[in-house]
Amino acid sequence: MKKCLQRTYMGIIFIFLYAPIITLIVLSFNKSKTRAKWGGFTTKWYIDLFKNRAIMQALYNTLAIALLSAAIATVIGTIACLAMTRMKKRDRAILMGITNIPMLNADIVTGISIMLLFISFGIKFGFGTILIAHITFNIPYVILSVNPRFKQLNHSIYEAAVDLGCTPVQAFFRVVVPDIMPGILSGFFMAFTMSLDDFVITHFTKGPGVDTLSTKIYTEVKKGIKPEMYALSTIIFVSVFIILLAVNLKPEKKEK
Amino acid sequence: MSRKYLAAPYLLWALAFVLIPLGMIVYYGLTDSNGAVTLSNILAISSPEHRKALYLAIGLSLISTVLCLLMGYPLAMILASTGMGKGAFVVLVFILPMWMNFLLRTMAWQTLLEKNGVINNLLGVLGLPPISIINTGGAIILGMIYNFLPFMVLPIHTSLSKIDVNVVNAARDLGANGFQVFFRVILPLSIPGVISGITMVFIPALTTFVISNLLGGSKILLIGNVIEQEFTQTGNWNLGSGLSMVLMIFILVSMITTFITDKEEA
Amino acid sequence: MKKGLFCRIALSAVMVAAVGALTACGNKADDSKVYVYNWGEYIDPETMEMFTEETGIEVVYDEFETNEIMYPKVEAGASAYDVICPSDYMIKKMIDNDLLQKINWDNIPNAKANIGAQYYESSKEFDANNEYSVPYCWGTVGILYNKTMVSDPVDSWDILWNEKYADSILMQDSVRDAFMVALKRNGASMNTLDAAELDAAKEDLVEQKPIVQAYVVDQVRDKMIGNEAALGVIYSGEAIYTQRENPDLEYVIPKEGTNVWIDSWVIPKNAQSVTNAEKFIDFMCRPEIALMNFDYITYSTPNDAARELIEDEDIKNSEIAFPDLSQYNNLETYIYLGEEGDEMYNDRWKEVKSE
Repeated sequence: MKKCLQRTYMGIIFIFLYAPIITLIVLSFNKSKTRAKWGGFTTKWYIDLFKNRAIMQALYNTLAIALLSAAIATVIGTIACLAMTRMKKRDRAILMGITNIPMLNADIVTGISIMLLFISFGIKFGFGTILIAHITFNIPYVILSVNPRFKQLNHSIYEAAVDLGCTPVQAFFRVVVPDIMPGILSGFFMAFTMSLDDFVITHFTKGPGVDTLSTKIYTEVKKGIKPEMYALSTIIFVSVFIILLAVNLKPEKKEK
Repeated sequence: MSRKYLAAPYLLWALAFVLIPLGMIVYYGLTDSNGAVTLSNILAISSPEHRKALYLAIGLSLISTVLCLLMGYPLAMILASTGMGKGAFVVLVFILPMWMNFLLRTMAWQTLLEKNGVINNLLGVLGLPPISIINTGGAIILGMIYNFLPFMVLPIHTSLSKIDVNVVNAARDLGANGFQVFFRVILPLSIPGVISGITMVFIPALTTFVISNLLGGSKILLIGNVIEQEFTQTGNWNLGSGLSMVLMIFILVSMITTFITDKEEA
Repeated sequence: MKKGLFCRIALSAVMVAAVGALTACGNKADDSKVYVYNWGEYIDPETMEMFTEETGIEVVYDEFETNEIMYPKVEAGASAYDVICPSDYMIKKMIDNDLLQKINWDNIPNAKANIGAQYYESSKEFDANNEYSVPYCWGTVGILYNKTMVSDPVDSWDILWNEKYADSILMQDSVRDAFMVALKRNGASMNTLDAAELDAAKEDLVEQKPIVQAYVVDQVRDKMIGNEAALGVIYSGEAIYTQRENPDLEYVIPKEGTNVWIDSWVIPKNAQSVTNAEKFIDFMCRPEIALMNFDYITYSTPNDAARELIEDEDIKNSEIAFPDLSQYNNLETYIYLGEEGDEMYNDRWKEVKSE
């Protein structure tokens, strides 16, 4: 009885979460150009997609910004965490306070504040300005996931490595890094996802002709989204789904 | 060389792209278009249209936060108790939709909720009366819940799965019934998750301008919309900055309140 | 377990990203670009490809939804465009605020040769000596309605206040267009600075709000095609497109009069390449290119030579695409009202929206 109730509840939430996604997937096969009409089944948007330069460029920008900003944020954030292990309690508190600002502040305020900075210093908007903004809001995610790992770290291992003749740098890369790796990876992944899904901050810091998928979609929303965009999202969604399913299912069978 | 200087790159970065930009907002917020110091941009929040937009934003985001909590808590409990895939399943279910662009996902609700939309067609087939919540506050609440529910479920789930099963068993052994176990043991132990869930839902909901734009038919003006329009359409940066400062104060106050209640309960 | 999970997720994320980056094309870095800032869906993308093919100049294309959104971006100066396509009153505002540069007509021979003289004449209202703007599209604002849903005759703005059509009315989500409807309905000028007239218009818009389904700009098109609404305020250029998709739709210019507008190419002061901008505008003024754009966006072209090339006689002489303006005596063009005038409109519009 209880199980049944639980299943039903899960089912309802599941439908709630996935109904829009299924709608989008269905729309990607709609022959009619407007989302208001069903014009029959077609796969032609999947072919047109690769010929659509604007969408491909937006895809490239989105991925490049997500990868670069996540990577740079991971490097800056990780060495900041390393530094924090040797800090006085008060200094560390200040640093964590600063780290929390972009996390807790409204996206719109973060976006606008960075926009004002660029305008005041006469910096031209473009790829670089989006990248800087993304790194800025990504660093906190990295710090928040790497920092706990450093706290759990057993410092004597590092010291033992140094005693046994490792240089501090060697000791860091051979001993510390492997230990904190899960934190670094999950930080990188969080940053990557956040960057990918961001619209508001990009909206305020983007320059002429540099679009990410989000800003491209926002302009298209008004005039009717191009069906190619549905096709692209379906491809991304399905490939992530398959990869996740594949990597998650295999080891679990072993465990059983 | 001391290790703590390694924080320099991050500190410089934060100074340049977090602290100075916030300073710019404060500067614009406290001056008028001629650069003279004024409080009028901040006091502008008390004008009827801004006040309405702020109250409406607070109202809608509070409702969505409460609904997210009511929907999310049982869900997190089910996920934690059945231990499906020990977390892997949760991530799969809740992170996966995030790979579909959030604007598209929200747009899809338009297609679903419209007068001639999918839901109404289904209801028609079943002989039920159509619903019309598109372009109302209801649709905006729905959009908020849809977008932010995962941010409620995941932290609660994390804190629930940290609870030691032995504690629960001990309570049972000592004669607590199901309700008592829940209210005396499980709920108090999950409060940190609930608190972080509430902030992670309330703040983005309070400040959104996209969801109200897409699902509210531009009929409903939230404080986020007002700020966005001051910057992108009216071009009054001073007013926009002043209102942003008010918003920041609100976030700060709500953070402190939740923090204090957290302390008291814990 | 947890560790493994995150590793796997991170790995899959990177894999997807890498595959995606490989399929997407690379970023070309060269100076031969022209930055164009235009209305959404306001050009046939093929014409831009043809332009690039012929001249080797890459078109970097960006879209805006309303004049009001475009202006602050250009004014801030952090986004340098070479060619922009604003409307009449906004062009005047940009001229007044010294944001535009004069056009060297010798470098744009097609503009003078192909575009009808009457359009230059009407451009003088905002560009007194025809120094700054090259007409690209023009049209009126009217009511698009669905014949199967509206039983009353549609000939007046009044119908947008008829409660019979509650929740089936689409209004324009831009300050000047929304106030134009209310002002014209009351017999006032759409450029009025009279506070009493504006207040009355504001009250009317507030009164109308409960029966409005949504305030939209370009979405009118999709919603009308999908039978989502019965009546919508729309630019004449959308009429032909929407009728093509949904034959039940009809476009009307209300008897109280309406707005006649011109969208024109201009070159901002901070353009990076004036030569490329000139080449682009000249290319767009070629009759066959203008015709392609007309076919694609269905907005009336001021390019007389292009109109001559239209094969479909119905469209060539269409009352919607090429109305004879002399039969109306109450048409107006928006005039830039100055900073204070803008504020009068913006403040009241905010009041309507927050109601």
